[in-house]
Amino acid sequence: MEITVNGDAVTLDGPLTIARLLVEQKVKMPDMVSVEHNGKILDRAEFETQQVQSGDTVEFLYFMGGGA
Amino acid sequence: MLTIPRKIVDAMIEHAHQCAPQEACGVLSGTDGRVQSIYPMTNADASSEHFSLVPREQFDVARKIRDEGLVMLAVYHSHPATPARPSPEDIRLGVAPGIVHVIVSLADADQPVVRAFLIEDGQAAETPVRIAKDNGAQL
Repeated sequence: MEITVNGDAVTLDGPLTIARLLVEQKVKMPDMVSVEHNGKILDRAEFETQQVQSGDTVEFLYFMGGGA
Repeated sequence: MLTIPRKIVDAMIEHAHQCAPQEACGVLSGTDGRVQSIYPMTNADASSEHFSLVPREQFDVARKIRDEGLVMLAVYHSHPATPARPSPEDIRLGVAPGIVHVIVSLADADQPVVRAFLIEDGQAAETPVRIAKDNGAQL
C-alpha cells in the first residue's frame, strides 16, 4: 500500500499499526514522538491499535522540550 | 556551524523578553545550516523553568516549513535567569535527531547570550553560531 509519511510517499506492506509504522520508519524512541493520523493527533495509547490504510497521511514529530 | 541572520537573532531575544519570566520557545528553519525563518511558538508548560512545544502548533509549523522548501534546523528556548548552557532536562529531553538546540539566556537581561548545542545520546556539544547579515531572513 502507499501512504504519505511526513510529506513523502512511502510504499509498505499493509495495513499496519502506527506502532509498527514507527518501527518501519526506524524511530528510535517512539515514546518521544507525537503522531498525527489523517489530521488527528493520536493519544500514545492508540499507537498499538490504530491501523494505517492505503492512502492515509501520517506525520510524526519528536517531542521538543527542556528546562532552564 | 549554524548561521543565523541578525534579524532572527534579535527576534529570538525579543521573544525571550516578551515571555519573561516564563521561557520562550520556537523553531528555526532553513537549509544547509543557514537559518532563514523563525516560528515563535507557545510554551505549553507556561513555566520559568520548563518548556515544551504544543504538538498542534508543531505539526502546523512542520508542514509550513516543508511547503516553503526548507527544513527544521533548530529549536530555540530561553533561560530567563540561567546561563546559555543545556540544563540536565534539556539534555534528557533533547531526542530529536539532528536538531540544534539554541538557548537564549537573559541572565544578564541587558546583554543576552545566544549559544547553540547539538544534543545526541545524552551528550551536548556546542555548535558555533555565526550571526549573518539579514539577506533573505523571514520573520
